[in-house]
Amino acid sequence: MMKDISMTDIDIAQCVEPDRVHKRVYTDQQIFDREMTRIFERVWVYCGHESQIPNKGDYVAVTIGRQPMIMVRSADRTIHVLHNRCAHRGVQLVGNLQGNTGDAFVCSYHAWSYHLDGKVRAIPLAKGYDGTRMDKSNPDCNMKHAARVDSYRGFVFASLVADGPTLLEFLGEAKVAFDDMCDRSPMGEVEIVPICHRVIQQSNWKFFMENQLDALHPSVTHQSTGIAAGRVERKLKEQKESVPLYYHYLSAFASSFEQWDSVQTINYPQGHGILKAYMGLRPQDKDTLEYEALLKQAHGEQKAEEYLSRSIHHVLVYPYLSVQSPLQQLRCLRPISPDKTLSEIWHFRLKGAPEAIYRRSLWYYNLVNSPATMINADDLENWTKGQWGLQSDGGDWVSFHRNHGDDRFDNGVAYSNHGTSEVVMRSQFAAWSRYMQGAAS
Amino acid sequence: MSAADTKPGSRAIPSAGPDMKHLLDQDIVIAGDSAQGPTGAQAIEPTHSPRTPHKAGELPTAVLSAAGVDLQREVEQLLYRQAELLDAKQWQAWMDLFVDDGIYWMPARPEQTEWESSPSIFIEDKPMMEIRKGRVTHPNAWSQAPLWETNHLVSHVALEDVAKDRVVVRSRFHMMELRRDSIRHFGGRYRHTLRRGGDGQLKIALQRVDLFNAQAPFDYVIQIWV
Repeated sequence: MMKDISMTDIDIAQCVEPDRVHKRVYTDQQIFDREMTRIFERVWVYCGHESQIPNKGDYVAVTIGRQPMIMVRSADRTIHVLHNRCAHRGVQLVGNLQGNTGDAFVCSYHAWSYHLDGKVRAIPLAKGYDGTRMDKSNPDCNMKHAARVDSYRGFVFASLVADGPTLLEFLGEAKVAFDDMCDRSPMGEVEIVPICHRVIQQSNWKFFMENQLDALHPSVTHQSTGIAAGRVERKLKEQKESVPLYYHYLSAFASSFEQWDSVQTINYPQGHGILKAYMGLRPQDKDTLEYEALLKQAHGEQKAEEYLSRSIHHVLVYPYLSVQSPLQQLRCLRPISPDKTLSEIWHFRLKGAPEAIYRRSLWYYNLVNSPATMINADDLENWTKGQWGLQSDGGDWVSFHRNHGDDRFDNGVAYSNHGTSEVVMRSQFAAWSRYMQGAAS
Repeated sequence: MSAADTKPGSRAIPSAGPDMKHLLDQDIVIAGDSAQGPTGAQAIEPTHSPRTPHKAGELPTAVLSAAGVDLQREVEQLLYRQAELLDAKQWQAWMDLFVDDGIYWMPARPEQTEWESSPSIFIEDKPMMEIRKGRVTHPNAWSQAPLWETNHLVSHVALEDVAKDRVVVRSRFHMMELRRDSIRHFGGRYRHTLRRGGDGQLKIALQRVDLFNAQAPFDYVIQIWV
């Protein structure tokens, strides 16, 4: 087993107790470095959606852990995930977030070029390497591959290590995030909307993951927006027969503590989790009825009803992905340092669904997930202050005691009896602790 | 479906299992209506996108000589007024600069010509502005607690098109924002379609804001109109 410098398994074990964690797991550079080697550079990391790179030579740049990578479509339609690095002197081969590189990657420094599968194509004045170790037959002349690449329903993942669970084993029950998204399409597929909002949070990545299934926070953190939206929603309802669904996207955040407490979280051993729904998306208007009819036509009455009745608010793929499948929203974390995290915010179209259904989910992207969000503005503020609080000497421990001992366990899966149970964080840290102590999955 | 049609919320905690259905009856207060009239940019101003209607590298010449100095000054004063109201946090007075069906729009990308089927950073009519105003003035708008000030500059005011009751004008803006201990910069282009109301005042029918750094990562988010 690989040993990281100056950090033993015992140190990690001492940081995580069943009902609390030591503040250093959010602030310590050594722990962050180890998260990169033990978690982010081992697990299956989301790279992008196949529809981002439809043509030969299309690529997107993606960061896996600390590694700048390129996801590219090759001539035989295969998708490769390669290190963004020339084998010669190490210069990055693409300097943009996305583009088309034609038949080959060509280095801007000395024109080494590579096929789209990463194999070296040409070296200028190649005779200059005669008699050296670096001739074209040496695999060191190729771009380095991610050890494994796989996709599930169009969503592409890569793992930088050859061993460990398969993609489906890694996803486990959390694969419902992608099933739920795709099943809602009459064609069983989604297509990415090629715009990515990127937002930086001045805090540890774990704040985000904990917050996503934290059902106690919305009516506190988002009170101002929920109340303001509820007031306008009520006013509009007095004036006209119906008001657009998107007002409810915002007003629902101010639901009472009791309502949030009566939802349920499901927490899996891998750290994944599901927050069950509070939001209905089946108003009986013309557009919804037309859409539901299409879905029934495509999948049959029973299946369509099952898909439409799935009641998911969020699915977390631990440790970096938050998917709101009923509204086709996806947020992916790229940790930068212990106190800095980039989130990439995408959304998708249901292929074959009426445009009105896309427009309805677009409102959620605009109102909740855009850089002018009236929701995440207050989350980000909390996490910044949280990071600063944990960097202080005002206390050593972070409390996750809420409803400890109250949750129901079944085959290793924790079901909350209260929506606001901090079993979400307890469960995430149980997984974190296993990863950090070197477990394979 | 109105709120009255939904079943009362169930408080029962479900048993373990893959059943995703049992919470469906809970707190569904949906009054959906996605079949509204068109709200796209073209409905208000067919050539509102600064890029698509013009050939690459070509911008309409300012029409100052034809329109006269007075109109140019009147439009400038409106834009300056807008900047001052934003910096003074006079949200209602700022909203009052818009006609009743006015729209404030910040597209995600400069190529966009409509907001119904493509993502926006802001897309707000007056009810949505009312929500944003209500949020930032609420005592528990936590993110508003830190020191927060803005400073807008507006320049390059060029009248593009002048009709009897309608003026299209483009300009540039630069907003500095002080939040807590940090300064951020936001710059870009405004494009206003102005309408003259019954009282003779010019008001904003559509304000398009093309943020030149819209594609950069946002370190924190934007809380209020730029």
